[in-house]
Amino acid sequence: MLKTETITINMGPQHPSTHGVFRMVLTLNGETIVDLKPMFGYLHRGLEKTSESRTYLQAVPFTDRLDYICSMSNNFAYAVAVEKLAGIEVPLRAEYIRVIMAELTRLVNHMLAVGFLFNDLGAWYTPVVYAFRERERILDLFEMASGSRMMCNYIRPGGVAADLPAEFLPQLRKMIPHLENFVREIRFYLSDNEIFKARAVGVGFLPADMAVAYSITGPVLRASGVKYDVRKAEPYSIYDQFEFDVPTQVAGDVYARYLQRLDEMDESLKILRQAVERIPDGEYATKVPSRLRPPKGEAYARIEAPKGELGFYLVSDGSPNPYRWRNRPPSLINLSALREMCLGHKVADVVTILGSIDITLADVDR
Amino acid sequence: MFEDDAIPVEKIDRNIFLTTVDWIYNWGRQYSMWPAMFGLACCAIEMIGASTARYDIARFGMEFYRASPRHADLMIVAGTVTHKMAPQVKRIWDQMPEPKYCLAMGSCAISGGIFKSYAVLQGVDEIIPVDVYVPGCPPRPEALFDGIRKIHRMVRAQSIKTVRWYGKEKKEA
Repeated sequence: MLKTETITINMGPQHPSTHGVFRMVLTLNGETIVDLKPMFGYLHRGLEKTSESRTYLQAVPFTDRLDYICSMSNNFAYAVAVEKLAGIEVPLRAEYIRVIMAELTRLVNHMLAVGFLFNDLGAWYTPVVYAFRERERILDLFEMASGSRMMCNYIRPGGVAADLPAEFLPQLRKMIPHLENFVREIRFYLSDNEIFKARAVGVGFLPADMAVAYSITGPVLRASGVKYDVRKAEPYSIYDQFEFDVPTQVAGDVYARYLQRLDEMDESLKILRQAVERIPDGEYATKVPSRLRPPKGEAYARIEAPKGELGFYLVSDGSPNPYRWRNRPPSLINLSALREMCLGHKVADVVTILGSIDITLADVDR
Repeated sequence: MFEDDAIPVEKIDRNIFLTTVDWIYNWGRQYSMWPAMFGLACCAIEMIGASTARYDIARFGMEFYRASPRHADLMIVAGTVTHKMAPQVKRIWDQMPEPKYCLAMGSCAISGGIFKSYAVLQGVDEIIPVDVYVPGCPPRPEALFDGIRKIHRMVRAQSIKTVRWYGKEKKEA
């Protein structure tokens, strides 16, 4: 009779595949995972509490640093929440600019997610270099509009910080076919790769009912076959005026999440094409006082951020500072199903599954 | 070997060069400096951006990010150091063998940046010695390169006779 026992190993917080400072305590039987315990908080910066001592406008830069890959989406969600709280109207041109920026951010996030997934699989750096090549072009656009590459601080309550420069839209028009080509390129190079399929198909299966029970959102939920997108379910901004589909997959594994991200990039490009054609002239922001005092009350607004549903819950007591500043980070809630996805798989699959959930640690820990 | 003892002068000119130990040693260290693969927060994305196609950190011989601190010469502290993470940062620094350098990238690593809160260490220089500070939130890859070139200059200025990690006797840091 062979006597075996389980061992406990520790992955992180400094580990190249944990996407930041994430730590997992794995209990292993041989190489099979029996238990997984995520430990986080290594990047807890006290964002919510700090923001409560700032005015509503001063809190916008903090939202940039929540999910640092998609700063524009975070700005967007926060701006929508403040506008709901204070009852601010946004000009149509500003709404179009916001949609353009949000969809460009989704492209950036998904290309990085795909690139880093392959990094975790051992295709060391090559897909990431391709993804970053396109990301830099989009960041050029962000820099042109906002003056900053990553921490844009561009979408503010009431509109956007500044109007688009004259050369922005022509350059974006030129870039859309280029980006479509990039998605085709990724599909061509990676989708049918035998090694990738061997590592990804059937790994990290998440059934649809469990995904709903864990309140998973975003590409991870849709890859499990649930057709749910805040842009369609509860349209905010002007998303009800665009024609686009919500792609879904059925398999719910790592490979499905990869395909889902590529499909969503196609849909984003579809929205971008319409937005670039239809963007009107006019004001880019309504005037909002720098010490905004919203009436007493509370507001929760949510948007479909690239990683899932990103919501902000603000409580106002009539003073210039929010009484409560809370956000619903998609990364944290999507991460909660990690244990269920990993059980029974091998150690090497954990990094793949984690990469396919696509988390940002600043978004998890706040 | 040459059949007669006389070596033609032109062969000496082409094949022998004279240098000091310091020069060749520092030259080698300068152009094969391996950073520790250690991203903490937002700046880590710009650090990765610096190593990809457009900015290409490989021009400085540094594209070889090491996952193990024991292989690394340079620690780029890219991001916010929280009180919970500080012991791990110190531990990674202690695991790195001499000669080692530390570059604090971004406002958070320099001074805590905008995060003046209960959870954030107000500057990584409270726990480890920092050689070069690169400000910005996050710094552009060009700024990171500027910091790296400053470290290269530091390396160039060192002499094997006085550095603390070489020789038998203990030298002051």
